[in-house]
Amino acid sequence: MKILRYLLQKEFIQIIRNKSMWPIIFVMPIVQMLILVNAATLELKKSDVLVVDQDMSDASRQLVNKLEGNPFFKVIQVNDADFDADDQLLKGKANVVLDIPQNFERDLRRDNKVSLQLRVDAINSMSAELTWSYMNSLIRDYNNNLRASWMGVSKFDPPQQIVVSPRYWYNPTLIYAFYMAPGVMVILVTVVGMFLSAVNLVREKEIGTMEQLNVTPIKKYQFIAAKMIPFLVIALVVLSFGLLIAKLVFNLPFHGNLLVLYGFTTVFLLGVMGLGLFISVVSDTQQQVFFLSYFFLLIFILMSGLFTPVESMPKWAQLLDHLNPLYYMMKVIRNVVLKGSGFFDLKYEFLSMLGYGVVMFSLAVMRYRKTA
Amino acid sequence: MMISVENIEKKYGEVKALRGVSLDVKEGELFGLIGPDGAGKTSLIRILVTLLKPDAGSATVNQLDVVDDFRKLRKQLGYMPGRFSLYPDLSVEENMNFFATVFGTTIEENYDLVKDIYQQIEPFKERLAGRLSGGMKQKLALSCALIHAPKVLILDEPTTGVDAVSRKEFWEMLKRLQKMGITIFVSTPYMDEANLCDRVALIQDGNILTIDTPEKVTQSFAHKLWAIRSDNMYLCIHHLREHPEAESVFGFGEYLHVTWKNQEMQAEEMMNYLTGLGHTNVEVKETEPGIEDVFMDLMQKHDS
Repeated sequence: MKILRYLLQKEFIQIIRNKSMWPIIFVMPIVQMLILVNAATLELKKSDVLVVDQDMSDASRQLVNKLEGNPFFKVIQVNDADFDADDQLLKGKANVVLDIPQNFERDLRRDNKVSLQLRVDAINSMSAELTWSYMNSLIRDYNNNLRASWMGVSKFDPPQQIVVSPRYWYNPTLIYAFYMAPGVMVILVTVVGMFLSAVNLVREKEIGTMEQLNVTPIKKYQFIAAKMIPFLVIALVVLSFGLLIAKLVFNLPFHGNLLVLYGFTTVFLLGVMGLGLFISVVSDTQQQVFFLSYFFLLIFILMSGLFTPVESMPKWAQLLDHLNPLYYMMKVIRNVVLKGSGFFDLKYEFLSMLGYGVVMFSLAVMRYRKTA
Repeated sequence: MMISVENIEKKYGEVKALRGVSLDVKEGELFGLIGPDGAGKTSLIRILVTLLKPDAGSATVNQLDVVDDFRKLRKQLGYMPGRFSLYPDLSVEENMNFFATVFGTTIEENYDLVKDIYQQIEPFKERLAGRLSGGMKQKLALSCALIHAPKVLILDEPTTGVDAVSRKEFWEMLKRLQKMGITIFVSTPYMDEANLCDRVALIQDGNILTIDTPEKVTQSFAHKLWAIRSDNMYLCIHHLREHPEAESVFGFGEYLHVTWKNQEMQAEEMMNYLTGLGHTNVEVKETEPGIEDVFMDLMQKHDS
């Protein structure tokens, strides 16, 4: 115990003296929280619409007016003929082209049916889909209004209509930052737990002190514990710092229990630290650690559900994601923070992460014995 | 016996680093393991300090087996690796304290042992180890290896890359430690350091060529040894090697060391041979063999 305490003391002295550690602990959370949370957004804002109105009728003008009044769209130009719409789309000046055909109003009145054409720039498939569905609901809405006014609806006997009014649970105003901020915190914690601890451990190999330590009576578990505990503490500090920024800057609501969140984060950290330990055991230099960690981090982050929901990934990818510790943590932190989930609501995630930690640590320690 | 090595073999893939090495080191001895780079010195040392398992054979240090009793043994060993391997971001004092504590002791407890050496670096005890000069780093490494009062001190090429004055100083420190009763096992590629040891083992290609006191090793040199030079050393080697009676010709500083198959060969004859071939300023004299001559000789015999 005395040795462990002394080893820890030595680790902390070294970490404090390491000048590159401070920015990582304090600057990285600020920058990532402020930039990523604000910049990475899936909300559609101001899609540029070019309208080709070949009808120029009352009805078509009403549709254009409706478009202009919608916050998601910005009508940049209304042409009376299709002469440069494709060109504008190609140049990226317009994101969407709405074609209103000739005799739009007449056909609508006579046949009760007419077609509109929508051309959408789908370089970014996500925003194209969103544009499509927003436009669709806008036109449906317009359609309903139009029919109502033409048929002369009496105030007391409105036509039967199904109106869907959504209510968004856990994030009623659909603030994207509430979705992103907890996710970014998971990434911060992962980088500290997996990457920094692995780099720190492999440094002992690189400078040769491992050789000197191996001939001392220090036991393996003492050495590993002394390497892991400081980064566990730092990761939890970074998490607290992230939570503070989220509260102050984004006014992130916190519905869950802090203790539950810290408990889960600790279990999660055991898993990623185990992986970090494994990486450092199979590597000889810090450079190798960089590349290996980068490889894992990139896959883990992109598949974690940070940006895109895991549910929309193909089935095999969803299955594979069960090997991704960030997948569980992403779920846990969002549920705890936004929904107020407790320990028992997340026991499957808890057991999975615990299992992950045990397996990773066993693998790393087994491999460590073989090499050292 | 303080160290006893029996038929140790070690392979790295296809490369045989040690091919059946046996040696004994007595208690209180200053023992030198001497051989060129790649001879297997570091492999043998890493086996002795329990960092490497031998493929075959056995070794004990202070009656403790290096494989089975490695835990007990580590407490009695002082090891100084060839590469500086202390924490560069900890100060001199912190490094000392660290190694004392992990061995369950304190600087004060064994201060007598390290006093001579540590006093020289104590004025810089606040300085980070990474900012010390080469000589001071070495003294710190030695102090750290000694702080837990080991029975045996094992050093891997401690003087490689160290200037002549520091080398001399370092050997004096080892001599003093030996007087305090510590058994010392040291490897070196420098043949001239052999004379500073009580006994030496010459090692080459994973084989021990000979083990004896430095005096006896040099006495074992059975030939008359001649030191020869001329103005054109390159041609001189060439011409001497062409001589039918020549046994071995090696460059040795400003002279060539030459042995002849015929021990009766006279200096005059050699002079005449070389001047006859156009050499100027030819000098021929008999000389005392050194460890290096023995080494070259044994190496040649071993190869053939």
